Amino acid sequence: MDKSNIIAQLYESISVDPRHPFGDDVARVEVHENKVVGVHLVPGLKVEAGETKDGIDAYIGVAEGVEIEKPVHICFGVLPETGLQHIILNIEIKQNSRASILAHCTFPNARKVEHLMDANITIEPGARYSYFERHVHGPYGGVNVIPNAKIIVHEGGEFSTEFELIKGRAGRIRFDYEATCHARSVLEMTARINGRENDQIYIQETAHLVGEEARAVLTSHLALRDQARAEIYNTMTANAPRARGHVDCKEIVVGNAFAKAVPVVEVNHPLAHITHEAAIGSVDSKQLQTLLSRGLSEEEATDIIIEGLLSKKPNPDRQYNNDPTLG
Amino acid sequence: MSTGVLEVRNVTQRFDNRAILNDLSLDFWGGHVHAVIGPNGAGKSTLANTIMGLEGYTGHDGDIVLDGQSLKGVSITERAKRGITLAWQEPARFEGLSVQRFITAGAKVKTAARAGEVLSTFGLDPDRYLSRSVDKTLSGGERKRIELASILAMEPRIVIMDEPDSGIDVEALQRIFAALIQFKTSGATVIMITHSMAVLKQADHAFLMCCGKLLDKGNVDRIAEYFGSKCLPCDHINQPSAEEI
Repeated sequence: MDKSNIIAQLYESISVDPRHPFGDDVARVEVHENKVVGVHLVPGLKVEAGETKDGIDAYIGVAEGVEIEKPVHICFGVLPETGLQHIILNIEIKQNSRASILAHCTFPNARKVEHLMDANITIEPGARYSYFERHVHGPYGGVNVIPNAKIIVHEGGEFSTEFELIKGRAGRIRFDYEATCHARSVLEMTARINGRENDQIYIQETAHLVGEEARAVLTSHLALRDQARAEIYNTMTANAPRARGHVDCKEIVVGNAFAKAVPVVEVNHPLAHITHEAAIGSVDSKQLQTLLSRGLSEEEATDIIIEGLLSKKPNPDRQYNNDPTLG
Repeated sequence: MSTGVLEVRNVTQRFDNRAILNDLSLDFWGGHVHAVIGPNGAGKSTLANTIMGLEGYTGHDGDIVLDGQSLKGVSITERAKRGITLAWQEPARFEGLSVQRFITAGAKVKTAARAGEVLSTFGLDPDRYLSRSVDKTLSGGERKRIELASILAMEPRIVIMDEPDSGIDVEALQRIFAALIQFKTSGATVIMITHSMAVLKQADHAFLMCCGKLLDKGNVDRIAEYFGSKCLPCDHINQPSAEEI
């Protein structure tokens, strides 16, 4: 299969018209298995990608003071039923620059696919970077997703990352993100995942607020049905004056599903403050009965409540917010 | 022989061996706006929840009858499909769910245009509200209006409003009163649970409850006069004398 065909299939799998997906002013990178099958860059954005035996080793950089106006699209995929894709990513968002990446990870036919990512992300002082990662999986649950990221947000920098897996079977997910936030930096880490059948989800999100007035929010919203299982470990530490953090963990558990949430909040400075909220359990009775009293069945009402829990939070400050590929 | 579209027949609802509704019988006529008024603890909200068949409210004695058919064993969903719905005193919040999705979920016509139309009826600008979440970023009054908008879109036959004026400002209350006329014009029966004289005066007909029992029913002005002169200054709330009952 030639590259253009692969690109077309990748985009079809994420419901994007493959004929003219993006304009010339939109940077994009397409990676299938261990091949970079397409690249289009814009000024100020640097992408270097080398193929390895089971994936790619890539550097993505945004030059100092550059603002990439439109979200950079990255599509990682494995189209066959089996495969291994190991992505090594080094991302540097240079001082006072701004960029947003919208990544689609697509495994539409997976029966035995492994998708591994090891990322080092550096947000330099005053830079702003948002990363939205949408996973599109097939119906078989045969995907093993293991992303790891080490993130440093330097003084006055802003970083947000959002992991979404709602369509298809989650399979096995095990992700581990750890961020260090310096003075006056802002961090948001969000995971929204829909698990069913025998899906297994393990989330570890950690934020260290080491600088004065650093702020962070860790959010995990999961819906689990059937025999799906999830464990969520959110850790936030604060050891600087006026550091502020919040951990939000909500799971809806339906049927024989299982969820365990372990929040750890640690404050080592008298002027720091971290809050935490967690709710795990069945669908809220009042929400459910409200929708039943509109004539919906219990299943329909549950679906709508879960749809709300897992929905993307509108945020006009995110460049990707209104991107047409996000629907 | 009753002419009520919805009848409450000798309903006794007990919690912890205490009768919150005590052999209560009421008839709600089709196309009328009824007020059920009474002091706090009279059993008004319990009546609303019992008619809707909410969780924990189905194990009562007596019967609720719609169009001559008992609702015993009939689920909330089925009651709603037969045309009964409830606006809660404190509407639920739905994190992440857009106002448009919430309204269209149970709407007869499931379009954004219809959702916008019903929102406008309650004085909410569709451009500002349709994409917002039904969550804590909305005030209680906004959520109340959005809930009533969703009910208007559902086009029900019987609307039970539990304390429609609670948490609502004066302007919003006027919108709700205007919506009452819309419900009535469409032929719906409205049952307003209230302890507010302002709400009572919007009704065509009133029931006065105390201690889970019916004290009086009939003309709104007469009930209002009685409620204002006897119930409001009453110093033995929910313990009326046997003669009064």
